[in-house]
Amino acid sequence: MGTESNIKLLDENGLRLDGRNEMELRPIKIETNVLERADGSAFIEWGGNKIIVSVYGPREAYPKHTQDIDKAVIKARYNMAAFSVDERKRPGPDRRSVEISKVISEALSSAVMVEQFPRTQVDVFIEVIQADAGTRIAGLTAASVALAAAGIPMRDMVVGCTAGKIEGKIVLDLSKEEDNFGQADLPMAVLSRSGEVVLVQMDGDLSVEEFNQAADMILDATKRIAQIQRDALVARYSVETQGGE
Amino acid sequence: MAETKQIVFPGEVIEISEIKPRNGVYKNKEGKYCSQYFGTIQKGDDYIDVVPFTGHYFPRRGDKVIGKVIEIGPSMWTIDINSPYLNLMHMNDTPWKMSSGDIKKYLGIGEYIYAKVMTLNEIKESWLTIKDVGLRKLEGGHIISVPAPKVPRIIGKGGSMVNLIKEHTDTRIVIGQNGLIWIEGTPENILRATAAIKKIEREAHTTGLTDRMTEYLKGDAKNGN
Repeated sequence: MGTESNIKLLDENGLRLDGRNEMELRPIKIETNVLERADGSAFIEWGGNKIIVSVYGPREAYPKHTQDIDKAVIKARYNMAAFSVDERKRPGPDRRSVEISKVISEALSSAVMVEQFPRTQVDVFIEVIQADAGTRIAGLTAASVALAAAGIPMRDMVVGCTAGKIEGKIVLDLSKEEDNFGQADLPMAVLSRSGEVVLVQMDGDLSVEEFNQAADMILDATKRIAQIQRDALVARYSVETQGGE
Repeated sequence: MAETKQIVFPGEVIEISEIKPRNGVYKNKEGKYCSQYFGTIQKGDDYIDVVPFTGHYFPRRGDKVIGKVIEIGPSMWTIDINSPYLNLMHMNDTPWKMSSGDIKKYLGIGEYIYAKVMTLNEIKESWLTIKDVGLRKLEGGHIISVPAPKVPRIIGKGGSMVNLIKEHTDTRIVIGQNGLIWIEGTPENILRATAAIKKIEREAHTTGLTDRMTEYLKGDAKNGN
């Protein structure tokens, strides 16, 4: 956003740099239970993003002052590996990742039935191994799969997608270049069945009409992504009846 | 290849006809019953449940569980039963006569008990007891762990599945509702029973499992294990 440049993000046919049209998503692949010792885990490849999510809990909340007497607390930690971006990222939490951790925790809290296990915490570790725009939404989408795989009660699955504006046109699922040199970026996450919005952020400027158009595109795309989530969850259980010990 | 039971996802609407929804189901804003879990639908005669594939154990009153002593106080033990909450057992809730201060002579750190959840308070702390028929300190044997939601499947209808394993492997087995299982027998038999339990754990979501387990255990015995 904001970076003035002469890069053409759309060619004469209206196709984007990676050959997608404005409504097309990057390829998404999700795998569940990739970690042995986590209660639930997921690995997502979304375009160039590679993110691993592990879920632990519910377990007794520590430090004790973070406990909530009425409900569980979801502690999501979004972390980027030093090698996940072009130029080495200084390891450790920074302003950006603390913010993303917070919004992801809140988005997940509205899906998980936190009132069922008071005074506990559910840890969600989102480790970005390779970043390529839209990591918060990819991390959140995978986190929801990992929570379901961990057997944690949820009202609904959380599923997200981004949209943005490049060269004055609203497009779905921005890539790295489009994110860096485009005009606006709108990550949004919803509950997959009810369509309730649990996360929305915006970088750059959109008019009301553009915003509505982008939101509609995202809502439509989340249906496709939700199906990928469900397929990933089922995949583990359709093959396991084979073989004995 | 066995058929799998119907798999549901969190938030998926469940068709309810006559039978009442019970565990793992919630009512959404539109008044429809939805699944809370990623799991399978289990239809009983009176109730319909959604059973998750995995998950933590949450104590309920009257559950019989296997726990490990992790701390000893002057008059009570702290027991780990795989739940997120604190579990205690007072010396008066044991069949042994003792005075406070020397309770570790009877039950030391790291030892296992088969106990019952006696009470649960408002903040979900629970008190255990071993002062009842069948409850005891577990001596010897071997402990394995499975996800708590799979326990009913391992026990089977009226204990049919676990009896099957006991018979075929010549072991003594105690199953806790919290997913810990105590097995006693010769080392070979313990391994065979463990393998059988792990097989049930893997295939808990399929139908006709008891029949297949009978076959499996027969074959297993023939292979001369």
